[in-house]
Order: sequence, then C-alpha cells, then structure tokens
Amino acid sequence: MSTFIDGLSLGAIYALIALGYTMVYGIAKMLNFAHGDIIMVGAYTILTTLELTGNPYLAIAFSIVICTISGVVIEKLAYKPLRGASPLAVLITAIGVSFFLQSIAQLIYGSKSRPITLPDFGKMSIGSQEINVNTVITLVVGGIIMAGLTLFVKKTNTGRAMQAVSEDKGAALLMGVNVNRIIMITFAIGSALAAFASLFYLMQIPSITPTLGSMPGIKAFTAAVIGGIGSIPGAMLGGVLLGLIEKICLSIPAIGPYTTAIEFSLLIIILLVKPIGILGKKIREKV
Amino acid sequence: MALLEVKNLEVFYGMIQAIRGISFEVNEGEIVTLIGANGAGKTTTMQSIMGLIPIKKGTVTYNGQDITKVPGHKIVRMGMTQVPEGRRIFQQLTVYDNLLMGAYTIDDKKKIQQDIDEICTRFEILGERKNQIAGTLSGGEQQMLAMGRAMMSHPKLLMLDEPSMGLSPIFVDKVFDIIKDYHKSGTTILLVEQNAKKALSIADRAYVLETGSISLSGTATDLLNDEAVKKAYLGA
Repeated sequence: MSTFIDGLSLGAIYALIALGYTMVYGIAKMLNFAHGDIIMVGAYTILTTLELTGNPYLAIAFSIVICTISGVVIEKLAYKPLRGASPLAVLITAIGVSFFLQSIAQLIYGSKSRPITLPDFGKMSIGSQEINVNTVITLVVGGIIMAGLTLFVKKTNTGRAMQAVSEDKGAALLMGVNVNRIIMITFAIGSALAAFASLFYLMQIPSITPTLGSMPGIKAFTAAVIGGIGSIPGAMLGGVLLGLIEKICLSIPAIGPYTTAIEFSLLIIILLVKPIGILGKKIREKV
Repeated sequence: MALLEVKNLEVFYGMIQAIRGISFEVNEGEIVTLIGANGAGKTTTMQSIMGLIPIKKGTVTYNGQDITKVPGHKIVRMGMTQVPEGRRIFQQLTVYDNLLMGAYTIDDKKKIQQDIDEICTRFEILGERKNQIAGTLSGGEQQMLAMGRAMMSHPKLLMLDEPSMGLSPIFVDKVFDIIKDYHKSGTTILLVEQNAKKALSIADRAYVLETGSISLSGTATDLLNDEAVKKAYLGA
C-alpha cells in the first residue's frame, strides 16, 4: 500500500515533467531536451530564496516565476530563430541549451551537491500504514494541477487554440491565432509545471547538483513516449505508470538494482509494439 | 476603390518561381474568381496573400492598407479570411469546437453563440453533428464545416480555395449555392476553382492563371464565351 502511494506520487512528478515534453512536442514539434534542466533551475532558485529569506512558500513562488521566465526566454532566444529549420538542428540546439544551463549552474553554485531543508510534515497513518505527508501532498497537488491543465486545454480559448496549433499551424493562423504566442504560452506552462516538479523532487531527495535535472528529465521523457508523445493524457498515464513501476521494482530486493534498466526496457518494448505510445494518435497523412 | 489589390506579386519556392508578377483586384461586393489548371499557382497566390508563404516582390493592399508584410493572424482581424484548400478543419476537435475556433477573433460570447446557432441552421448537418469529432465527417460535410468556420469571423472578404475539390456533384452544387447565398448577405468573395464552368457561372469577373501568370481576364460572361477559355477549361 505505501509502495503504491509512493509510486503514484513519484509518478505525479514524472507526469508533471512529461507534460512539459509532450506539450512542447505537440505544439512546436520539437523535443526540448533542455526541459529537464528547468527542474534544476527551479531547484537552485528554491535553495537560494530559502537561504536568503528562510520562507519556503516564497521560495516556491519565486521558483515558479524564474522557471516560467527561463522557459520563455530559452524559446525566444534559442528555438524561435530556428522555426522551420531541420528537426536535427533544433534537437542539437536543445542539447546545447541543456549544457549551457548546467554550466551556468556550475559556475554559480559549484559542482558539489548542496543539501536543502524543506518543511517536513512528518508522517500520517492510513489504516495500519505510515505514509509521508509530503508524498501525499505531491500526489494531491500534482493531481489538482493536472486536472486544472486538462480543463484549461479543453475549455478555454487559449487551450483550444493550443489544440488547433498542434494539429495544423496554417489553419490555426487562418482563424486569427498568433501561433508564436501560443508556442510561447506552451513553453511557459511546461516550465511552470517543471517548477512544481522540482519542488516535489526535492521533497523526496533533498540535495541539489547542476545535473539534477538529467535523470528525472530522461525518465519523464520516457514516460511521455510510453504514453504517446504529443498526448496530454498520455503523458499523465506514462508518468504514473513509470513511477509505479519504479517504486514497485525498488521494493523487491531481488530486482531493485535493475530498476532503471527495467524502465528503459519498457520504453524499448513500447517502441517495438506500439511506436506511437499507449494513447498516441496516429497522424493520418493526407493524400 | 478595390477592397483587395494585388500588384506585381512574385512568389518563389526556393529557386523556382511559382508566381511571375501577377496583378489583380477584387472590388467590394464582387465575386471574383481565379481559374486555372493544376499547378498554375492558384493556391500559392491565396496562401501568399494571407502570409502563409513569404512574398518575394510586389504588394498586397487590403482596404487601402498595405498588408504585404502583415502576419496572417492580424489579417484575419482586419476582416479577411480563407477557406483553405483541402478544407483543413481541425480533425480532432468537435464540430462545435471547430466553429468556436472560427470565432477566435471575436470576444462577444453571446454573439458567438448566436452565430453558431445561425451556422447550424444554414448547414443543418453541422447542427446535427455538433458534438461529433470533425474528423469523422464526410468530405462534403467537412467542406460545410470549413465554410461555416470561416463565416464565424464575419469576414468582409472571404477567399475560398477550391471548395468543390473532391466532392460529389450534389455537394458541388450545394457549395456554390452557399457561396452565392453568402455573397448576397454582403460579403465580397474571391474564389479559386478548377471547376471553371461553375465558378464563372456565379462570378462577376474572372482571371485565368497559367503557370504563374495571368493570361486572360474580364467579366465572367465574356470569359464563358471566349473560345480559348472554352477549349482549355470548359471542355467544349
């Protein structure tokens, strides 16, 4: 039972990050490999704000702001000039941005890992089980954010425009949609979600390095592909699935050491069996 | 004064010149048609006017304003929109959401609902299938949706790019009836068609496009009776 809750909560973290990958892919048709490093940016922002003010809530708010701005600025400076360029050029640029962010963090904070103390709400008991309150917070807040995002995309004008742009940029433009603005909003939302992910991540593993974003970033990307890249419910499903698998594997001593291998094998299997992912939509080529 | 004036338009795809300095105009209240064979450059002309393809040389003036370099989404707000070739409805959205997308530039929620009701009366089939995913509609129904969607923005000038393409004869007639009807309610129309006979039968004036240049122009009646046009486009 507690393994299950832990898995769901880790899954919520992966899902929040995976949403950033999948939304950007769906709308800008690019893989933003610097997305994981936004988590790192968020983590260091929380650390510094906490050191300066001691107020964890201010730290969280500030980290959301900084992450959102970073996402938008990166899109504007690094990706926007490449619109229409070959996907490979964009991909390599994204990897470059990732190294750039990591190097900046190393220059400012050094490469040693830094501990961070976030508020710990202790444990609560459900039936006979003891569960970290932080885990439950992650699960609940993560769930609320994802429900909110789903509503936003389905019910608002901007959300509908996002769906339209993801399907046909030209047709969306003919409706009067400013496609560049929609892409910018997508980066902003994805990065804000990454800020939440970084907070929840630190609540589980309270130490920060410049490469902190790499592993959760890659795993969330895996989750996005498993769920079907470009699909919002797919990213949520993929994230939760991967989180559950990770925690379940880790809880069994015999297979615990192979957890990461199992997760990435799952990716390979999915790519072999259903390359578009579990909830991926087949793109019908028009004749 | 012309509502839309295209002057010496040149468009390139890489090194290849697709449009070779064409000029034409659409006056307020007219139906003007641009006819021509496959690959003549009709769609390229349409797309470059809306800023979907960059213009190399020449100017596009709408309502007295130079819009050659204005981004397409702003042109829509100025009152000109297009039903693109191949319909390009949003397949994964519902019919209703497609219509809402058409009203993207309109802020008045009440007006939007009224307009949707009106469109659903004009196109009964859309009313019946309001909550259906648009990708499941038939080709003809999708064309109705594409036209209804464009009408939602209340354009002063509506451009239609091959609205009859790939449709059964019944739907072709329907499409042309709708265009005539919509024109009567006060919208200027620029119609691009391969079906020259049909297009000329509802148009006031026409231009014939041939490999990127305008080879003929005149009133629709004149062109209908022109020997060269008859031979090349009307199959007579």
